[in-house]
Amino acid sequence: MNGDVVRSILESGQSGSGRTGLVAFLRTALYRRSMIWAALGSAMLAGLFVLSLFKGAVALPAGSLFNLLGGLIGDGNLPDTREALILANIRLPRTLLAMLVGAALAVSGAILQGLFRNPLADPGLIGVSAGAALAAGITIVFGETLLAPAFGRMPYAILPLGAFLGGLGSTLVLYRIATRAGRTSIATMMLAGVALGALSGAMSGFLAYLSDDRQLRDLTFWALGSFSGASWTKLAAVAPAMVAILVVAPFLARGLDALALGEAEAYHLGLPVQRVKAAAILITAVAVGTSVAVAGMIGFVGLVVPHVLRLLLGASHRLLLPFSAMGGAVLLLGADIVARLVVAPAELPIGILTAAIGAPFFLWLLLRRQARPFE
Amino acid sequence: MHAMPKKHAFFLLAVLALGVPQAAADPARIVAAGGVVTETIHALGEANRLVGVDSTSLYPADALQRLPNIGYVRALSAEGVLSLRPDLVLAIDGAGPPDVLALIRQSGIPVQLLTEEPSEAGVLARIRTIGAIVGQKAAADSLADRIAGDFARLAQDRARISRHKRVLFVLSMQNGRVMVAGRNSSAAAMIGLAGGINAVDTLEGFKPVSDEGIIAAAPDVIVMMQRGDHAVAAADLFAHPAFRLTPAAADRALITMDGLYLLGFGPRTAEAARDLMSRLYSSTTRPRAEAVPRP
Repeated sequence: MNGDVVRSILESGQSGSGRTGLVAFLRTALYRRSMIWAALGSAMLAGLFVLSLFKGAVALPAGSLFNLLGGLIGDGNLPDTREALILANIRLPRTLLAMLVGAALAVSGAILQGLFRNPLADPGLIGVSAGAALAAGITIVFGETLLAPAFGRMPYAILPLGAFLGGLGSTLVLYRIATRAGRTSIATMMLAGVALGALSGAMSGFLAYLSDDRQLRDLTFWALGSFSGASWTKLAAVAPAMVAILVVAPFLARGLDALALGEAEAYHLGLPVQRVKAAAILITAVAVGTSVAVAGMIGFVGLVVPHVLRLLLGASHRLLLPFSAMGGAVLLLGADIVARLVVAPAELPIGILTAAIGAPFFLWLLLRRQARPFE
Repeated sequence: MHAMPKKHAFFLLAVLALGVPQAAADPARIVAAGGVVTETIHALGEANRLVGVDSTSLYPADALQRLPNIGYVRALSAEGVLSLRPDLVLAIDGAGPPDVLALIRQSGIPVQLLTEEPSEAGVLARIRTIGAIVGQKAAADSLADRIAGDFARLAQDRARISRHKRVLFVLSMQNGRVMVAGRNSSAAAMIGLAGGINAVDTLEGFKPVSDEGIIAAAPDVIVMMQRGDHAVAAADLFAHPAFRLTPAAADRALITMDGLYLLGFGPRTAEAARDLMSRLYSSTTRPRAEAVPRP
């Protein structure tokens, strides 16, 4: 157990309000270290943001982009030029979407790892990715035939909507299975999550069997994720939920820190354990469900970003949750820039890059810290 | 598009329906998405209009070397396509993803979709549509008429076949798992044009089939896409326990042909069907050296 966590819980428990704990925290070396990382992370994110707007398959002169951005910020006006359209309709929504999805996925990963007290926890454990994958598979294979009449002129909406509802629905089922007499058993949820995952895997396999070669490629590409269809419409559809989640998530920090000691211990510290669990599960289900709906399955962000940050900043969720949002945004935005540029005018699925960029960095951190292994 | 209102201008850009841009009268910069589109534009002698092709544009063989590759036809990138400064994106029906096509249209570039129907009518319709777009209506009509004539002669020859052979198209054999062409697949359509009977009519599309399913299909001839050495392919195929028990194994009847030539349903379709027919019904099914016309 990380000493920071215990200390922060004990301090906040003793003070009753948590205020004294916060004051004490502000004097620690950890705080200074975290401020350095916050500055570094913000700088990276800002740099990537600018890079993402300025670089793409279309080579646009930086000077004219500065003018466009200036106009946009100044009076919200944009000329009707190709450059303006590419910047405003393609790069800007895509950049914002990549940042939001990255933040949402990484925060979800951090919450789930805390909730399950398991370093390998990912959205698979609460059923959301399995349900989303199954629903997406159904819409890919049947969307053009069986489902088309029901949606009429909104064919684009079928897949995202299906993935979101599938993810949320299967989480709800899992939550009901694991909850008896008002108490959710994390162990039952994990096991039932494995079973539900296997079931949806079987059904997805059957869909792959039914699909034609083209739908099969769609399934494969979807499972690797992409921001290639990012638009203001998509952003407007998911941003409110995602922003709300990113704002609310840090309030889970104290609860997750307490849960790290064990459920009984957390209960005796006066924590509303069941409410924390329900909130954590709901938040991650919505965050992952909306991410999957707009960008497909993007692995690795939720798993590795919180681990990297734990290595850098310790295990306290008070730092981990906000830093995960920043780290996830940095990783996914960076990966998306590479995805867009490396094989232009084509582009790579982003799931390939999150792993290709994130995994070596994670390994390097592990090797560097080998003398002082965490946990 | 006219000047936007001041507030939320860029948001409105995306949300407002700007109307579907119409194809330019005489597009000089075309991005082709779909092997058949690239092939047809080349056949009409208008290749100089192409500024980018998708990764399925395998004919002519040098198309992908000469032109930027915009990726797989179902996983296009909006900015990637726009970076080629096209004035028209000419794509098969299945191109996508749909929201990427929508982004391209929003940027003022028309996207014209073409039917993918694997049939005589589909081949002729694609040629005529593309011809009209690239301002080669007369050339397209004469090409289509010539191909229609080829199809008519093919139909006469089909009527003269006394015993139609059962033909099994094998898409792949990975780890002994065999994928074959069922009903309503491009391969089934081609086999029909060439005067064969598709040996597997219980499956739909390209599907894995069981070993006993292969035996029950009792194909007289196996058709595969050309990959590597024909002799090796034949040795592998007839070493397979199921294929060994088919009528095709007795005279080692394997025909290998180029995939896009055989299944692309482009301008070479009648030629490919004729080619397949003559190999099905010649005394020997050994491959001819010039099986695939190279440019």
